Amino acid sequence: MTGMSLIVKTVCRWLKGFILLFGVYIVLYGHLTPGGGFSGGVIIACAFILIFLAEGKLVETKIFSKNVAGELDSVGILIFWAAALTGLFCGGVYFKNFITTAAESHFKLFSSGIIPICNIGIGLKVGASLFVVFVILAAVKIVVPKKSDNINDHEEDEK
Amino acid sequence: MIYSLCLILIGIGLYGILTKRNIVKIIIGFVIMEAGVHLLLILIGYRMQGEAPILQPGMKLSEFITRAVDPLPQALTLTSIVIGLGVLALMIAIAIRLYERYKTFDITEMRRLKG
Amino acid sequence: MTLEYIVAALIILMIMGAVTALETDNLLSSIIALGAVGFLLAIAFLFLGAPDIAFTQIVVEILLLIILIRVTIHRDLKTTTAHRAMFGWTFAIVLIAFLTWFGLTVFEEFPAFGTAVMDRVADSASVTYIKEGLAKSGAGNLVTAVLLDFRAFDTLGEATVLFCAILGALAILRQKAHKHSKEKDQEADAA
Repeated sequence: MTGMSLIVKTVCRWLKGFILLFGVYIVLYGHLTPGGGFSGGVIIACAFILIFLAEGKLVETKIFSKNVAGELDSVGILIFWAAALTGLFCGGVYFKNFITTAAESHFKLFSSGIIPICNIGIGLKVGASLFVVFVILAAVKIVVPKKSDNINDHEEDEK
Repeated sequence: MIYSLCLILIGIGLYGILTKRNIVKIIIGFVIMEAGVHLLLILIGYRMQGEAPILQPGMKLSEFITRAVDPLPQALTLTSIVIGLGVLALMIAIAIRLYERYKTFDITEMRRLKG
Repeated sequence: MTLEYIVAALIILMIMGAVTALETDNLLSSIIALGAVGFLLAIAFLFLGAPDIAFTQIVVEILLLIILIRVTIHRDLKTTTAHRAMFGWTFAIVLIAFLTWFGLTVFEEFPAFGTAVMDRVADSASVTYIKEGLAKSGAGNLVTAVLLDFRAFDTLGEATVLFCAILGALAILRQKAHKHSKEKDQEADAA
């Protein structure tokens, strides 16, 4: 699979940065505006899927292989879990919001304690895992058995 | 009345799961059923003249309390939607393997599954 | 009151889309009808004051359509329109009738559209989240505050479920192990 035509490739080369930027914005501002780790992560996955669909399978080994994506998946869940454990050690409660925010820093980007950190972790996790599953689903080679091999055999078995 | 319409949507999904033979149609029925359940959950939390549960700078909290819709079902529906996508990927993977084995999406021809 | 009619019209359109998706012969058109159901659902969420959910629904629906189309488009599709055997039909009708009766009985107890459940329950958790969410967590978006602060343990469980689903898909679609099991199957067939 060598990918789609030149027009599609060029448009994707222009668009992929903006889609990625939008996804990162949605993840980072999840505690102030609509959005958050889930939707932002899916948007990031969509950006990579767009590149994958347009450029063909060859790009997978060069830019963003599925092994790297699998490791990012683990990194995301570890960030989330580490935030939870730090709350346990600092505040005594699992998932304690241990960074207290003053009232005047509300509605700023760096506010609300561990929520942005958790958002980043969730975004990495969702984006990477959905990209991996799409690559696996798209790249799987279907080996179709000959019809006479299987189905008739089983019918005979049943008889 | 509006809850019953959601129920019809769930019923259509269940009908698709139970009576269709094509495995992709069964998955489609599953997704339709999910849509009905999510809509029902959001409708339960709605409040008349409600606004989104997102505070902006300069909003009065006392006014916000009387108008904001319920954030709890929304949060749980958000997780449910993403789980639905993951489960759909799992179902599609199983469907691909079944297609490879039997060369068809028709579940009545998959005789090995019938024990 | 007008909002109730708007949402009802959207749900009726969704029902039409759902019936089309299930009854069309062509598999590709049925998947696209399913996409119509998802996008109408996102519009209904926007009317109901849930921009977070509408956002996620649109993005997830796009990814779902890509996956479904990618899976079905290169196959030689013989669409099977016939239904299952008589037993399946009777079972389906009985089950759906039971569901309808059950649902109508339950929905009589529900409050009318527009009165939230949290107003009827004294001292409910949602009211606490709305009142003290900003002061306690510092997040302006209360949905995120519930998701990642008040009920973060639930989100951790969700991440685990997603991880298990993806792991299952990877295990099923792995090439090497599958060949191995296929050989075993053939040996079993031969024996």
